[in-house]
Amino acid sequence: MIEVNGIRKFYGSGESRFQVLKNISLKIEDGDFAVLLGPSGSGKSTLLNVLSGLERPDEGKVLYDGEEISALSDSGLTAFRKENIGFIFQQYYLLPHMTVLKNVRMGADLAANPDYKAIIEAVGLGDKLRKYPHELSGGEQQRVSIARALAKKPKVLFLDEPTGALDEQTGRQVLDYISQLQEQYGFTMVMVTHNRNIAEMAKTVIQMNSGILSEVCTNQARKTAYEIGW
Amino acid sequence: MIIGIKDLAKLLAITVVVCCAVFVCSLFLNYNLDLVGIQDEITTEMGRILYDAQLASGKVVASVSGGCLVVTTVIMLVFYVKNYIDSHGKELGILKALGYSRLRVARHFWVFGISVGIGSVLGWAGAWLYMPDFYEVQNAEGLFPELDPQFHPILSLALLALPAVFFMLLAVCSAFFKMKCSVIGLLKEAQEVRISASRKEKKELPFLADLRRSTLRSRKTLVFFVGFSAFCFSAMTQMSLSMEGLGSETFSWMILSIGLILAFMTLFMSLTSVVKANTKTIAMMKVFGYSRKDYSGAILGGYRPVACVGFAIGTAYQYVLLRIAVDLIFADFEKVPEYQFSFSALLLSLGMFILAYELTLYYYSWKISRQPIKSVMLE
Repeated sequence: MIEVNGIRKFYGSGESRFQVLKNISLKIEDGDFAVLLGPSGSGKSTLLNVLSGLERPDEGKVLYDGEEISALSDSGLTAFRKENIGFIFQQYYLLPHMTVLKNVRMGADLAANPDYKAIIEAVGLGDKLRKYPHELSGGEQQRVSIARALAKKPKVLFLDEPTGALDEQTGRQVLDYISQLQEQYGFTMVMVTHNRNIAEMAKTVIQMNSGILSEVCTNQARKTAYEIGW
Repeated sequence: MIIGIKDLAKLLAITVVVCCAVFVCSLFLNYNLDLVGIQDEITTEMGRILYDAQLASGKVVASVSGGCLVVTTVIMLVFYVKNYIDSHGKELGILKALGYSRLRVARHFWVFGISVGIGSVLGWAGAWLYMPDFYEVQNAEGLFPELDPQFHPILSLALLALPAVFFMLLAVCSAFFKMKCSVIGLLKEAQEVRISASRKEKKELPFLADLRRSTLRSRKTLVFFVGFSAFCFSAMTQMSLSMEGLGSETFSWMILSIGLILAFMTLFMSLTSVVKANTKTIAMMKVFGYSRKDYSGAILGGYRPVACVGFAIGTAYQYVLLRIAVDLIFADFEKVPEYQFSFSALLLSLGMFILAYELTLYYYSWKISRQPIKSVMLE
């Protein structure tokens, strides 16, 4: 379980210093599909970075199964991310001079996972193993980044606006892959989005506004990627 | 145009290389011209022999050192122009899309030649400062009449104006040809990737080994520069340490200084480019949980063997060059100074090289580890 207690985060210094996260506390259960929902500038991406150990909070604690990660050293945090965390970003960040196979291997080697080709098959790219990122469409690139993240067998997968750069059809397809894979592998998933429709797919919706948690609710009737509006 | 002071400051390596080239060429060629001017006054047999030897060695040093450094400068300048176009593809693409012709955009690249002009002036001024001492050292035996440095306008033109004009034209031409692609091609240029033969490779390597190899393959110019840096270090330090009895102490220091400056400038330029070119890869590796040892080893570690090859070639080169120089200069002398390969110079140079190279790699590894992940994600 991910537990966050009294998180505060500031950016800038002196007169330009401003608070991005204002005393955030929340819990995310194992296997949950949580969406951080909010408008631009609400602090949702910063919260995702803090939750995943990419950034440290200025105050407060982030605990994974009772272990405080915000107190870990840089190398400790790196090791923690290696063992536990997967990431998918809006801009994919694939390695441009490496093929699909090698990009996915980047994640697989960290977990000594020999079955990474099965994951590439699972995201529907089995016939594009030798393609380079610039030879793929946006949707295909995002699927490579999904395969890369899952190949390291993460306990928690963080997604920052994963469909932000995709058209409706491709976006739905990518969301469908992600939710199916989550059901199959059972990892916890935390997704940042500003799209209320996508939030209808999640189990838990965490609403943010101006650095404050305005609402946390549970979806009683979850929808699939092809049932939500766009 | 969008070429700013910051962009030009990155050309410091070119300025240093040109400075060294012009310094060496000014000294030897000016001396040669002055020597030719007094050839009728040299009447003794020993004087004539030394005259011929110094004239020949001057030509060899100026053409070998100058030639090598000019070739290096050409490669560096083309590399910088290409790098600039790659990293500013969007701006240049937009200019072309707005209707600016390729030549109109490319001609602004003449400013890259300024670095050569500055280097030439510094090298030329340095040479003139050192010239009286140099002339004294060259005529230490007193076999020639007293010789003072004379100003030769044609030489100054050749070493000051011509390089700057040539490299300005080269920068414009290489930018012109580099921007040959379509507007769309230019806009996407930064993301373009040279596909290596690895697509057909059957053997699958672990990710880190693969990354090490693809880092080397994707930037072959940087491989040359790292090798060249090791070559300069090896050749110049060993030459300086093993030329006892062949030249003055001032000569040794001059060679050592030029070698170290060239080696470190080239190495810093190369490694800075390697780190910059792989910023996003490093950031993603950090995000995924790869350790500092992993990403530093994969990005920088591949250059170690290249540096070793450069060092070995430098060792052979300095021996052959000194051997030829000794045979040429002292061919007609009764007492030929003994010259043999110096293993002590090799060991000392190798020790210094390993220390300097590993410290530099450690510095860059530290620098990489300090790169914030978030700044890359915000791009």
